[in-house]
Amino acid sequence: MYFESFQEFIHMGGHGFYIWLCYAVVSIALIGYFIYSKSLATSNQKELINFYRRMDARVQNESGINATKSNLKSEEDK
Amino acid sequence: MNSQIFSLIKREISVVLRSRSEFVYPLAFFVIVTSLFPLAVTPDPNQLAFIAPGVIWVAALLSILLSLNGFYQADYEEGGLEQLLLSGVSGSSIVVAKSVANWFVTGLPLVIVAPLIGVSFNVDAHSNWIAMVSLLLGTPSICFIGSIGMCLTLGLRNGGVLLTLLVLPLFIPVLIFGASAVGAASIGVNYSGQLAILGALLIFSIMVAPFAGAAAMKISID
Amino acid sequence: MWTWFFQLASPKWVYQFANKLLPWFRAATVILFLVGLAYGLLYSPMDYQQGNTVRIMYIHVPAAFLSMFVYVLMAISGGIGYIWRIKMAHIVSVSCAPIGAILTLLALFTGAIWGLPTWGTFWQWDARLTSYLILFFLYLGFMALHSAFDDRKTADRAAAVLALVGLVNIPIIHFSVEWWNSLHQGATISKFEKPSMDVDMLKALLTMIVAFQVYFFTVLLQRVKAEILQREKLSSWVRKLVIDQ
Repeated sequence: MYFESFQEFIHMGGHGFYIWLCYAVVSIALIGYFIYSKSLATSNQKELINFYRRMDARVQNESGINATKSNLKSEEDK
Repeated sequence: MNSQIFSLIKREISVVLRSRSEFVYPLAFFVIVTSLFPLAVTPDPNQLAFIAPGVIWVAALLSILLSLNGFYQADYEEGGLEQLLLSGVSGSSIVVAKSVANWFVTGLPLVIVAPLIGVSFNVDAHSNWIAMVSLLLGTPSICFIGSIGMCLTLGLRNGGVLLTLLVLPLFIPVLIFGASAVGAASIGVNYSGQLAILGALLIFSIMVAPFAGAAAMKISID
Repeated sequence: MWTWFFQLASPKWVYQFANKLLPWFRAATVILFLVGLAYGLLYSPMDYQQGNTVRIMYIHVPAAFLSMFVYVLMAISGGIGYIWRIKMAHIVSVSCAPIGAILTLLALFTGAIWGLPTWGTFWQWDARLTSYLILFFLYLGFMALHSAFDDRKTADRAAAVLALVGLVNIPIIHFSVEWWNSLHQGATISKFEKPSMDVDMLKALLTMIVAFQVYFFTVLLQRVKAEILQREKLSSWVRKLVIDQ
């Protein structure tokens, strides 16, 4: 351990402000981006549920003359 | 292949000659922008001579950036580029031809007019001459590198602004060495290193730009 | 053996593989950071010239190194996607960009804060710093160009071309401290010579570099997962996956 006391640790020989500012900003940025990218998958999934709901609704409405091959195929999957 | 590029260049120049006024705009821009600095910063001759290399170089960069649009946009919108590619002309030849034509129409006038601007900025004769030489070496690189960015942003809505954002970082080395060559000449320090590197950058951009630009063109046209 | 390699091109396989790997990567990230921070903040000495500000090096150097690594990865995967038309490669390339930009910004910020007490200035327009700033602009340009296209395939390919063109900047950044006299110091760790740094400091630095590296792969996998879901939303496996949740 290169520091005698906790006070000295925070003080960092007078440069405490600079060092802790850097570490704080970097921690916030890295942890923040970690949480953000983790949540992207779940929020995408929620969006996709709505997307599929809308797509299915369109398929049901269009199952007559406007139905395309892919529409009919996804109807078959149900 | 050479005669093909040559005829392509002739085509570009003839397009330019038809709407001559449009292609004077970049040169006028150059003159006007450089004249803004004495008004905005200081009319003091010594300080003007100090900022002159940078001002001339930045104004030259921006003028060429503006001129790029005129060479590509019309051809792209009217389908001329697509026709050229379909007829078997390689994308690289098109990029080379347009960049060379761009330089003759925009870059070369800049090189010729720059010493006049230098005189108005109280730059001494030798530095003025080196300014001309550095622009002579640097403006073709700018034309070639700029055409890469132009081909990338061909079909886009806000292409002009995005072009600036993409291409200016790539210009920065040319700018640094060009302005530094003139600055060194004005102090009396050796500038041959900067000029040599400008030459190297020119060779590098001539080698790389046709391929990158052709790839970008194919992407934009599809 | 080669089937493993070809599976890398399949978004579905990569998604499932990422799901398996992620817990390990996340745990490794946390552990490595804790160890690295302990080494850096507690168990390493201060520099006899700079004092304690040298501790900023333990986050500045990894961020800068990673930002260049990420750019090279972004350019190479973009190039692979462009040449062989592998969409998974484009997914990786596009996912690299935001984290690379953040790392570059962090390196610029920590470098500036480090410079203030140590060398008296937080910025200087020398070769290393200027070419590094260009790297940041290249990241921004990549993201801007990609978002400007309506068609995603065209966007991927155009951005890949841009990334490859900007690749020339990386050697410039790396060698700039050798080629020019710079405010920024030269390389301390070289492949062939014994490093000139104190052992405890070296331990901290290397641990933090590995920590950042593992962090990057963790975040990249998370981002790639989200991107795959977006791009493959019309395929049946994504539909099954989402609806089952």
